[in-house]
Amino acid sequence: MLFTSYTFIGFVFLLFALYYTVPARWQWRLLLAAGYVFYLASGWKNCVFILVTTVSTYVLARRIGAYHMQQESYLKEHKKEMSREQRKDYKAGIKRRQRRLLLAGLLLNFGILAVLKYTNFAIHNVNLLLSAAGSARQVPTADLLLPLGISFYTFITMGYLIDVYRAKYPAEQSLGKLALFVSFFPQLVQGPINRFDDMKETLFSPHKPDRQEIAFGLERMLWGYFKKLVIADRMLTGVTAIVGDPQTYGGIYVFVGMMFYALQLYADFTGGIDITIGIAQVLGIRVKENFLRPYFSKNIAEYWRRWHISLGSWFTEYIFYPVSVCQPMLNLSRFSRKHLGDYVGKRMPVYMASLAVWFTTGIWHGASWNFVVWGLLNGLIIILSQECEPLYARFHRRFHVDGTFGYRLFQVVRTVLLMSSLRMLDCYRDVPLTFRMFGDMLLHSRPSQLFDGRLMSLGLTAADYGVLTAGTVVLVGASLLGRKGSVREMLSRKPAAVRWAAVYGLFLCTLVLGAYGVGYDSSQFIYNQF
Amino acid sequence: MDEILAILQDLHPDVDFETCDTLIDDGILDSFDIVTIIAEISDAFDVKIGAEQIVPENFNSAEALWDLVRRLEDED
Repeated sequence: MLFTSYTFIGFVFLLFALYYTVPARWQWRLLLAAGYVFYLASGWKNCVFILVTTVSTYVLARRIGAYHMQQESYLKEHKKEMSREQRKDYKAGIKRRQRRLLLAGLLLNFGILAVLKYTNFAIHNVNLLLSAAGSARQVPTADLLLPLGISFYTFITMGYLIDVYRAKYPAEQSLGKLALFVSFFPQLVQGPINRFDDMKETLFSPHKPDRQEIAFGLERMLWGYFKKLVIADRMLTGVTAIVGDPQTYGGIYVFVGMMFYALQLYADFTGGIDITIGIAQVLGIRVKENFLRPYFSKNIAEYWRRWHISLGSWFTEYIFYPVSVCQPMLNLSRFSRKHLGDYVGKRMPVYMASLAVWFTTGIWHGASWNFVVWGLLNGLIIILSQECEPLYARFHRRFHVDGTFGYRLFQVVRTVLLMSSLRMLDCYRDVPLTFRMFGDMLLHSRPSQLFDGRLMSLGLTAADYGVLTAGTVVLVGASLLGRKGSVREMLSRKPAAVRWAAVYGLFLCTLVLGAYGVGYDSSQFIYNQF
Repeated sequence: MDEILAILQDLHPDVDFETCDTLIDDGILDSFDIVTIIAEISDAFDVKIGAEQIVPENFNSAEALWDLVRRLEDED
């Protein structure tokens, strides 16, 4: 059930009506049922996997939580009669048992994800090695199911399990409530990767209809549909044409495709998240923002703090910090400081953990080498710019450009170009081909080809280009306005006629200019496949 | 406390760590700094700061870091 399908829109509006009709204490149960109806629509077999993850996480988290409570009450009771050493031993014993439970949960759930998502990637690589070694044998690929949103719900639940292990909050006692957190349908297909403590307050509590919140939620959904249907899906036609025929569309067209894809991905992903947050807002549920005008970032590190924020913070909290401050890494840091000097020693754990995170980020996005290379290149550029920091500081001191409009603009353009260049790996999905096309773009750009008529052969008409230009202006304008606060709140302070004109205008644009028609099956959101 | 201040000062000489209590909230310390601070503290005080202790409340000021170190020393 795609977000953009008529079935989904009908499903959501029926849910809104039921949600505010049933007794308030039943609202979270209704959402749980809705989540499973939504999930069942993707195939009943998928449900087995999400159920295994939910139940195993529930049982293990409760057991880990019980150990926390046992430790607390035991130490409280026996504190006076225990020596410091005895207390330490007791805590270590509890920690060992908790760690075993945590490991069981991580192995089972990440194991399921790894087998379903990466088995064929592994087989493909084995086959490449066999061919390289001259063997005629090939391992057949496996016919595996990839349940909807498995990467997202696995990360959501494992974040919860680790948090309980770290005693950040107590384990949820109700299986139904945990199941709702895992299967909350608006976030199931493309995130955000929410945290239990951020959501539990509004997810399980009863809600009365709040006109203002419902209006804001609906407006947010409409804005998301506008971005997806009017901009992203229209742009997709151009991107597919360019990427699908590298022979015809080289040189300057590689650049055109690269910029088209930057805009398509932004409109597609942020549009999807707008729909998610909008649905949640209508239901009275707070979902954290996942984007903060990322293209206005001054460097790639900042961009990643503002793009897909929930994934970035998940990796930072559960991979980057644990890897960089684990004992072997600290030992390595000491060793490097002793033998290679302070400078290298200090950076060693941070850079190694960074590369581990970026490798995982890459492979999380897709089981293929183009994503691994994309992830590692992101990491390398961040490390490189970290290393160049003193150089930048000297440059800023000397030329006094930092903070000026011109330099700020240069930084934004640089971020957009760098990120778009890296994403070519995502477009062409083939590492050697991507580098070849990148080289072709730089060495044989031939800008005059833009006027040889091929621009009109990409499946986009002059009207489409007009819509895309106007849509981009609206998008950038809304982003610029958003720097001063919520655009919807600004709009709500305007006279009713202005607000209604803006909402109706957007609605009509989406209805008339959206890339669909009767029987049209809108394309899948890009992030659904991750 | 002086050792904590020295570690922080070494990273960002331009910041007044004696008064600033928004080191994380204002983005003064980034993840690179935090890992470096943890490595330095583990050397200087022989305590282990785990990933679960990396929360803004423990890193927002020199004072908060000093409290964390004392807490960990007590636990050990």
